[in-house]
Amino acid sequence: MAAWLRRILILALIALAIAAPLGQGNYIIYVLTSWLIFSIAAMGLNLTLGYAGQISLAQASFMAIGAYTTALLTLAGWHWLAAMPLGVLACFVIGFGLGYPALRVKGHFLAFVTLAFNTLVFLVLRNEEWLTGGTYGLVGIPRPNLGLFSTMRSLPFYYFTLVVTIIAALAMWGIVRSPWGRAFRALRENPIRAESLGVDTRRITLLAFAIGSMYGGLAGALIASLVQFIEPGSFGLAHSLRILLMVAVGGAGYFFGPFLGAGVVILLPEILRFTEGYYLIIYAVLVIVMLIFVPTGMIGVWGRIRDRFIARPVARADLQQGAQLK
Amino acid sequence: MMSQFLQVLLSGLATGSIYALVAIGFALVWQAAQTINFAQGEFVMLPAFLVLVGLNYFDLPLWGALLFGLGMSVLILGAAFKKLVVEPILPHGGITLVIATIALGILIRESVKEFYSAEGQPFPSVLPSDPINIFGAVVSLQDILNLLLSLGIVVLLTLFLNRTRTGRCMQATAQNPAVAEILGVDVKRMVLYTFLINAALAALASFLITPVYLAKFSNGETLGLIAFIAAIVGGFNQIRGALVGGLLIGVLDNLVATYVTAEYRAALPLILLILIILVRPQGILGTPEGRAV
Repeated sequence: MAAWLRRILILALIALAIAAPLGQGNYIIYVLTSWLIFSIAAMGLNLTLGYAGQISLAQASFMAIGAYTTALLTLAGWHWLAAMPLGVLACFVIGFGLGYPALRVKGHFLAFVTLAFNTLVFLVLRNEEWLTGGTYGLVGIPRPNLGLFSTMRSLPFYYFTLVVTIIAALAMWGIVRSPWGRAFRALRENPIRAESLGVDTRRITLLAFAIGSMYGGLAGALIASLVQFIEPGSFGLAHSLRILLMVAVGGAGYFFGPFLGAGVVILLPEILRFTEGYYLIIYAVLVIVMLIFVPTGMIGVWGRIRDRFIARPVARADLQQGAQLK
Repeated sequence: MMSQFLQVLLSGLATGSIYALVAIGFALVWQAAQTINFAQGEFVMLPAFLVLVGLNYFDLPLWGALLFGLGMSVLILGAAFKKLVVEPILPHGGITLVIATIALGILIRESVKEFYSAEGQPFPSVLPSDPINIFGAVVSLQDILNLLLSLGIVVLLTLFLNRTRTGRCMQATAQNPAVAEILGVDVKRMVLYTFLINAALAALASFLITPVYLAKFSNGETLGLIAFIAAIVGGFNQIRGALVGGLLIGVLDNLVATYVTAEYRAALPLILLILIILVRPQGILGTPEGRAV
């Protein structure tokens, strides 16, 4: 896509995001805000899954770590802007510690480690009542107050979240475009070639996972303020899977995939509300069908259509994939 | 004291042997088709419900319902899973397939919840559960029979893989599909057999383990995780590795719950997993595969 066209599209999207909640009821604004928050979480997981090619099944746990850290500190009187970075930092450190052993070996070990980690975090949140309030959770988490601009009402909080999302997206754009990010992509396209060109694949993957976890923590810090009530059940395995499917549905490895995927996953229950309990069944079937026909996600559909009408040079298939040396 | 330990040990072995069945199926499918099946836990949950359908809707006797459950499992979780999910998605890459199996797990779980029941269902026990006394330890006969039956199934499976022509062809396929094909092995058929065996193992594990708990749609979540970890701990590329891993996790889980902490027993698999990755990534009995990046 031409650079100017892309720029105009992005500006139009931001304008749409600014205009969307105007004149809407509180519920619609709530749904839009949670779309932004889950976009951040999915953006982080996209770095792990789409760029570094590792599966993390603990994004909801990192949201929990961010949410509980922020909630406990703000309840103790800290400002959100001071509490949030600590939660995000905690996610980075824990992600690093978790990824270090898991990424030593080839294969999808990170998936299993994060799967088990998700259970562990849930147990800690539920059992350590002195800290986390157990199953009752934490209530009355304050929203950030930025002097003249109070976010206690839902519309200002939406705009606050929008600004945080745009900053997070710009940071992600920087990461993906940096030499580091190019190393991520080299790794995804052809790990053997990346390794032979001197890319330390293990360190790069580990960093991608730790940074992706930070985005989970940021999303958690926001969701604690949005809902103002957190409990262990909101961060279970089902939610990690939900975020993973957001990335897959939107298009793993595409910058705007997570936004699209989060939108679909958040909005689909509203659209499919008439199906009542069958919503998850329909959704799971749709995901499997999509993976069969368009494995690159919904963004990939656009690529398919474009390729049909606009001829482009095609790389030789064997070069594109690497020679699959073993 | 000693008798309690023995009791904990024996019931751990019994549960562990059932985990081993699930782990073996998982390892077989991994070897034959490089497929990590994240719906494996649901594969163990579903057959119990198929049996309940046979009992309550078709009024079959228990043995008939069990056969119905086994047959349907092999059909749905073996053949249909391979044809409809694995075959079309595998060429798109391993990660895509993993995500698809995650979606499949959600599909099975939610379907059972919506179409059967969200409540735990009592499941008829195939084996008698009278308590018996072994060296002062009171163990349910069910546990002992579970252990013997699972071990019997593992022995039969090993004999099949090592002693029959088909079994050896399956092993050849797992080791090197290209060479196996050149030597005249029908690779596609062998891979299909692997999926059928996995489904049958999951169904048998389901029949043995469900009477101990209740049949519930969410049973698969913990079972699947434990089976993966058993396979990794024991050694991904060995059947006896999965067996050892399953038994080890069953016993350790029981020991931890009794003597250390009941609240955090679910944390044990994570600790075990990280220890194994740090110390011996190929698993206790596994052979190193070498790391290609």
